[in-house]
Amino acid sequence: MATSPLFTDLDQIFIILRNWLVGFLPAALRPATGIVLEVIAIVCVFPGLFALTTVFERKGLGRIQNRLGPNRVGPYGLFQPIADGIKAIIKEDIVPFSANAVVHFLAPLSLVVAVFMEFAVLPMGRNMVLVDLDAGLLFFFSMSVSTELSVFMAGWSSRNKYSLLGAMRAVAQMISYEVVLLLSSVSVVMIAGSLSLPKIVDAQNSYTGIFPHWYIFTPWGLAGFVMYAIAATAETNRSPFDLPEGESELVAGYHTEYSGFKFALFFLGEYLAMFSISGLGTTLFLGGWSAPFSFLTFVPSWIWFFSKVMMSIFVFIWMRGTLPRLRQDQLMNFAWKFCLPYTLLNLIVTALWHFMGEGWMRWVVCTAILVAVYVFMGRVEMRSEHFGPRRYRYAE
Amino acid sequence: MNIERAALAPPLKIQQPRTTNHGSRTTISEDALLGEGILKGMAETAKNFFLSYVSKERLTTVEYPEQRIPTVEAARVFPFLVYDGVDWEAGLRCVACQICEKECPPKCIYIDKSKDKKPDYVGKQQFYPTRFDIDISVCMSCQICVEVCPFEAIKMDTEFELATDDRFGGLLYDRKQLARSNEYYHSIHPTEASEVDARLGEEKAKVEAKARAAAEAAAAKAAAPPAPPAGGGS
Repeated sequence: MATSPLFTDLDQIFIILRNWLVGFLPAALRPATGIVLEVIAIVCVFPGLFALTTVFERKGLGRIQNRLGPNRVGPYGLFQPIADGIKAIIKEDIVPFSANAVVHFLAPLSLVVAVFMEFAVLPMGRNMVLVDLDAGLLFFFSMSVSTELSVFMAGWSSRNKYSLLGAMRAVAQMISYEVVLLLSSVSVVMIAGSLSLPKIVDAQNSYTGIFPHWYIFTPWGLAGFVMYAIAATAETNRSPFDLPEGESELVAGYHTEYSGFKFALFFLGEYLAMFSISGLGTTLFLGGWSAPFSFLTFVPSWIWFFSKVMMSIFVFIWMRGTLPRLRQDQLMNFAWKFCLPYTLLNLIVTALWHFMGEGWMRWVVCTAILVAVYVFMGRVEMRSEHFGPRRYRYAE
Repeated sequence: MNIERAALAPPLKIQQPRTTNHGSRTTISEDALLGEGILKGMAETAKNFFLSYVSKERLTTVEYPEQRIPTVEAARVFPFLVYDGVDWEAGLRCVACQICEKECPPKCIYIDKSKDKKPDYVGKQQFYPTRFDIDISVCMSCQICVEVCPFEAIKMDTEFELATDDRFGGLLYDRKQLARSNEYYHSIHPTEASEVDARLGEEKAKVEAKARAAAEAAAAKAAAPPAPPAGGGS
């Protein structure tokens, strides 16, 4: 498809802008300044998105529950995040008397820093990636794992039983679902043959007719995506996996003892983690910045990336508005007895897909295996004694 | 111990057959796929989300300061004093009998009885309150003062926007602040006010009839003896 220079320019507008800005400097400073500009862009864009998401989430949840949601500050309540921000800044910053002050201070910072690092390897458009690491996926996961440390730092240093319980729940949950998250993305790596995220996007950026070669449109990709989505929800502590901060039993979980701006940082960290994990899911399964139809390729690539991320965020909010919180044992059972075996099976199916070569046979075989096992596990195994409603025993 | 066991026994009996005979299949139907319920729930919430932009009936929220719904007739907030006519001071129905002051459970009514008397709605000479204060920060809106008042002088108001920046003086209402015309009473509680008016009218008619009868009797008496002493007690 012939694209006009205008659309090519629009597609690369941020790169052009950066090069133009950097052009004012002597040549020796240009690469470093370019990187700094990109970092500034990331650090501005995603918190901005976070601010918008908080208000849209509250409005969306309101609509789901047939309420109006916030509509007082500014037109349609759009300035609500500004009011929230001012409130967070002017609130008193309370550190519990017996808390470990240093760790208590460092926890929200290290969380936000680690989450920001995840964006470094995400390709947000054509040529728009901060660092194209060969092992970008690995880097991403190592950063997302280190948020667990921050969560536990927060819970432990607060010296509060709710905080500690919340942190322990968070760590147990995040470690369990991390396995599923990793294994479901491994199948993508097996097919794409690379850990570099731009290369994974390139592998999906081709079309049969008008339809794209996204991995979600393959049997193993769909199964992997569903598992990835479940694990991502658990990983970001979003409802229905929001046990670490279940307010009905744990006040606010690991950030019970945080107030003011430190609390805002935790909040920011949670949403940034949501963005980054949606971005990774987009990159792995939804073709990253590639257009959904071949005739739409003229639309700038970054628009596609951000619209896919925002769609994922909408699904996150939608699930939060629908599902009640799980119980801890249900959560663990689901991770280890359903998700993990199923993603392992998905790995085998992916290998099968790879070795069966082109043709319709592999579609039938892979789909049949995945569906059969899903039905079997859902019907038989998940209904067995171990998974069903808890049997209560009374003292006699 | 035995009592405790007896209390615990029923759940055991209910619980056991459910878990042993049907296993865990009580809540989910046999042929449902795993995740089907979640999808159904998601469809329901999606319907809520999108239809709330279309149909106004889904959004039941009343945006209060701008939008208001009329208060129901039986609504009650704090008491007020009813007066007849145009002058609140002259028309107050209250005769300072102090029953409400004595009956008030949180003791938030303060009444000073007058030394002199003035005629009430039937023309009978009555005391009147020189002070009638209600501390609405104490009042619990129980309506007992209204129920005990024999003179239909105190009624419940529906005004609820009473916020003030003066915690003490601002919430202590004197008789002038409490006085509301009978027309106002009609406007907020029409049914009840009409009943009250009918009752008062009846009473007044009775009194007037009695007075008339007494006057007639007096006149007849005056007419019967040819030479009565002039004047007489008024």
